[in-house]
This record gives sequence, C-alpha cells and structure tokens, in this order.
Amino acid sequence: MSLTIPTDGAATEKNWLEKVGAGHIVLAVVLVLYPLVASDFFLTQIGGYSLIFGMLGLSLMLLAGYGGMVSLAQITVGGIAAYAIAILGNNNSNVLGFGWPWWLAVPFAILAAALASALIGWISVRTEGIYTIMITLAIATATYYFAQQNYAIFNGHSGYAGIRAPAFWGVSWRDPKPFYYLCLGLAVLSYAAVLYGSRSTFGMTLQAIRDNPRRMRALGYHVTAHKVFAWLLAGLIAGLAGVLLVWFNGRVSPGTIGVDAAIDVLIIAVIGGLRHPIGPFLGALVVVLMQTFAIDIVGAERFNTLIGLVFLVIVFVSPDGILGLWGRIKPHLAQESLRSGP
Amino acid sequence: MALTENIAAQRLQGSGAFALELDGVARHFGALVALSDINMRIAAGERRAVLGSNGAGKTTLFNAVTGDFLPTAGRIRFFGEDITDLPPHERIRRGLRRTYQISQLFKGLSVLDSIFLACRGVSRRRFSLLRPKASDVNMVQALSILHAVHLESDRDALVATLSHGRQRQLEIALALAGAPRFILFDEPAAGLSPTERRDLVAILNGLPKHIGYVIIEHDLDVALRVSERVSMMHNGRLFKEGTPQEIEADPEVQEIYLGGKHG
Repeated sequence: MSLTIPTDGAATEKNWLEKVGAGHIVLAVVLVLYPLVASDFFLTQIGGYSLIFGMLGLSLMLLAGYGGMVSLAQITVGGIAAYAIAILGNNNSNVLGFGWPWWLAVPFAILAAALASALIGWISVRTEGIYTIMITLAIATATYYFAQQNYAIFNGHSGYAGIRAPAFWGVSWRDPKPFYYLCLGLAVLSYAAVLYGSRSTFGMTLQAIRDNPRRMRALGYHVTAHKVFAWLLAGLIAGLAGVLLVWFNGRVSPGTIGVDAAIDVLIIAVIGGLRHPIGPFLGALVVVLMQTFAIDIVGAERFNTLIGLVFLVIVFVSPDGILGLWGRIKPHLAQESLRSGP
Repeated sequence: MALTENIAAQRLQGSGAFALELDGVARHFGALVALSDINMRIAAGERRAVLGSNGAGKTTLFNAVTGDFLPTAGRIRFFGEDITDLPPHERIRRGLRRTYQISQLFKGLSVLDSIFLACRGVSRRRFSLLRPKASDVNMVQALSILHAVHLESDRDALVATLSHGRQRQLEIALALAGAPRFILFDEPAAGLSPTERRDLVAILNGLPKHIGYVIIEHDLDVALRVSERVSMMHNGRLFKEGTPQEIEADPEVQEIYLGGKHG
C-alpha cells in the first residue's frame, strides 16, 4: 500500500466558476438586472418582500430540512428583531425608543433574535415531530397575545410605527432600488452561508442527528447542544429577515407576528421544498405572487381559497414542493433537448 | 469531603486492570425483569463473548453499559471510573464504543462522512462551521478506517444505497473510530454471508491487542473464534463463564443453546 491519501483533488482544482455553478450565475445575473425592467411596485412588494420571506423560510428550512425540527416560531423570532429595531432605534409612537444608530441597533436586534431562537429551541428540542410543531405554535401564539396586551414594551395593539431604513454611504436604503439590492445582498449571503454550512462539520452533525440521534450519542455527541446551536443559527437568519421586514413595513405590530404569518412561513418552506436552501425562496415568490394577484383573479372573498388549492395541488403532486417538481421535470427536459438537438 | 474521597477512590480503582466492572446491575421494565444482579469483571484488552437465547438480556446489558437505558440498580465502572450516572456521549468520549444489532446509520450521509463524524465525535471542533479539509486529522483517520473495513469502493455512496452486508461493515467502522479502548459488538454477523463472516472474524482478530471487547453473537463459529472467555446468559442472569472450549463442551450449554441454534 502506498501512503498517498485520496483527496478531493478534482474539487480543489475547480475554478470559482465551476464551484459556484452555472445555475447560480444565471440566477444571480437575472436578479441583479431585475431592477432594469421592474417597476417600483415589482421591486419592493414582489422582489424585496419575497426575499425577506424567503429568508424566514430559509431559517425554517435549516431547522426542518437538515435538523428534522419543524418550527412555527420563525416569524416570532423575526418579530423579536423587528421590535428590537423599533425600540432601540427611532419610532414615532412615543412609548419606547432609545434612538440608537442603526449600526448599533441592528447587531443587537439580530443577537436578541438569535438568543430568543436558542431559548425556543432549548424548550422544544425535548420533543419530536408533531409535538415540536405544537410547542412552537404555542410559543408563537403566546408571544402574539403578549405583544398585543403589553403596552409598556410592545405598545399593545398598535405596536410601533415610523421606523425608517437608514441612509448611509450616501444611499437612502428606503428607496426601492437600494432596498431591493439590500434584501438581495443579505438573502444571497444567508443562502450561501446555509449552502456552504450544510457540508461543514456542524452541518453534517445536524443531518446525522436528524437521521439517527441515538447513534450520534453513541459516537460522543451531545445531541441537545447541537440542536440548540442549530436554533441559534436559524435565529440569526430569521433575525436578519426581521430587521428587513420592519424597514420594509416601516412599522411592527402584533399582526406582523400573528399565527397567519407563522403559517405563511411554513407554507412557503413546504411549497418551495425543504431539501435545498433555494426552495424557500421559490416558495416565497409563489406565495407572494399569489397573495398579491389572487384578489384580481378570483376576488377579495376567494383569494385565500385559491392559495389553499395551489398549496394542496403542489403538496399532492410533489411532497418535495417545487424543488421536487423540478427534479421530476428536469430529466424529461434533458431528453427533449437531446431529441431536438442536431 | 465526600466528593474528593470519591475521586480519590476512583483513582485508586483506576489503577486496577479492569476495563469494565459491573456490580449488581439490574434493569426492570415495569414488572419485567430484563437484567438481574449482573456481576462481571472484564480485564483491559480481554475479548469476551456473551451467549444466550433471544430475550436473555444481552442487548439490555449493552444498553445499560452505554447509557442508552440506565440500569435500575447497581454500579458500572469503566477503567475504574464510575460511569453509572454519565450520559451516553460522556461514556463514549472515555473510550467506550458499541455497534447495534439493527444497524443504526445515517441514511442521508455518505460512507466517508459517516466515518468522519465518528472520528470527530470524540475529538475537538464538533461545532465547526467550516468544511473539513482533506488534510483534516479526522478525515485522514476516517480514510484509514475506510480502508481497514474494505469500504473504499463505497466511499462517496449514500448510506441508504448500501447493501445489508456493507451497512454491517459500516456499523463496525463507526465503532472503530477515534482510539476506542473497549467495544461492545451486538450481533455483528447478523445477516452476513459466509464470506462476509470470514471477513468479520479477520477484522475482529486483527484489532490492536489493547482493544478489548464484548461480543454478542448467535453464530458460535464466529463467537468462539474471536473470544478468550465466554459468559452465558439466561432470563436476565449470568449463569456460566469459561473458556470457549469449556463452554462448547458443557452439556447444560449444549442443551439450552446449541440444541436450538439460530441461523
């Protein structure tokens, strides 16, 4: 036997273009050029909003797809960051408002969200499957009602308004184009981090715990600690999304973190697919488009029915969501292109 | 101080040559007595087979030692240290390993990544957010284990796609990772072909001499070839101990066990 160790020689010799992948580059070009063709409405209400909810879905995908933990509390975690931005920074509600600059308030808000997420994780990791869903739903509901009834911190039903995205580097980030690029940049950052992290040591431990927690204990892993750390990481992404969400809306109130919003995040992740971090962004785009235009198609009274039907069809046809559909269509397309080739 | 006395006592006992000591270990599931008053001393480096019919309590004994289920009574010492109240992962980090009767693997991971995780589990940087490099010490260890259990050809295969025999090999590979001091093998030959059984005997006999183990095995051709001493269990109790030759020749053993030999 020679002593040479087989390495990923081929992988290290790949240039950056091959590493990133052609699909990612095409997608990036489309997203970067999108403002050239999109109206302000399509830039923010569709583009920015989809990216924000895609990030919330991504934080759920991290927990559910890699960790097998389905959470209904991701909007709650995002909401904690949103409230923190309102309270630590400036608002016009005359309740609390410390007036911190954005560069101080944002890290604190995200940290608060991540710690809250870790706490929710620590409470819920003792449970499995449907019980995790129930306990996170209970936490989301309790937080909603607490925010609605507490006036000293959350300012009750009306919440906080008059929150503005900051202006720095000579750019007013509230304007449609800068805000879209801000969302895009942070979404790409979160997406790339999750994609890279899925093959990291921690990412592998999380997937192994999903597959077989008992064996992971028998390999020397503190399974609970790994699960809670996953919640902390998911909380960073949800917190970042929460900051963007409060800048997007200019306000935050209990309605932002209600049970319907919590279910929206779950629907986004399930419609998109939980097997790859791109799934939640696809799901977010579909759901945001439907929520925006279903009213025009079927009227104000029936638009939720349409959304529900589309959800049912996608889940029935493909348990893996849109990603699963793509996985089925792709081989057929490849054959078609072979046939139509020269 | 009771605490310091405890530690001092543990250190004293640590100088003894026993890898595993069980004192009056019992496990009840409600009214069912799965294990009762198990007393066992296994020297460091010793290779012990545990035989007994289905339901004799062999796997329950393993679960008590690794902490998968805690014993309801008795104490367990590992290289002199009382580990009765330690959680499973702390026992593993002290050099204990086990395999399972029904393979407990990670179906969504590749073979190499599974073995890498086994090496990393008793090492540092378990929470690393970086991808392991090919030169990572645990990755190098994983590759040498991959070689030792003849799984090189399935290095990047998903565990879910492996044949039963290969899954059993991986099951053993996971227990060999990261400098084990003592291993519990739970029916490693279950479902293996005759050729695969020969490979298994070769792997077990090829283990470094300082690594002791206990093996539960119904196939006596395997069990008696890879062990120095044999313990017999029946109805949750140990009732006989001896060399493989003594056990094979024992009329009582032949009646209970060899008469109703399992496939």
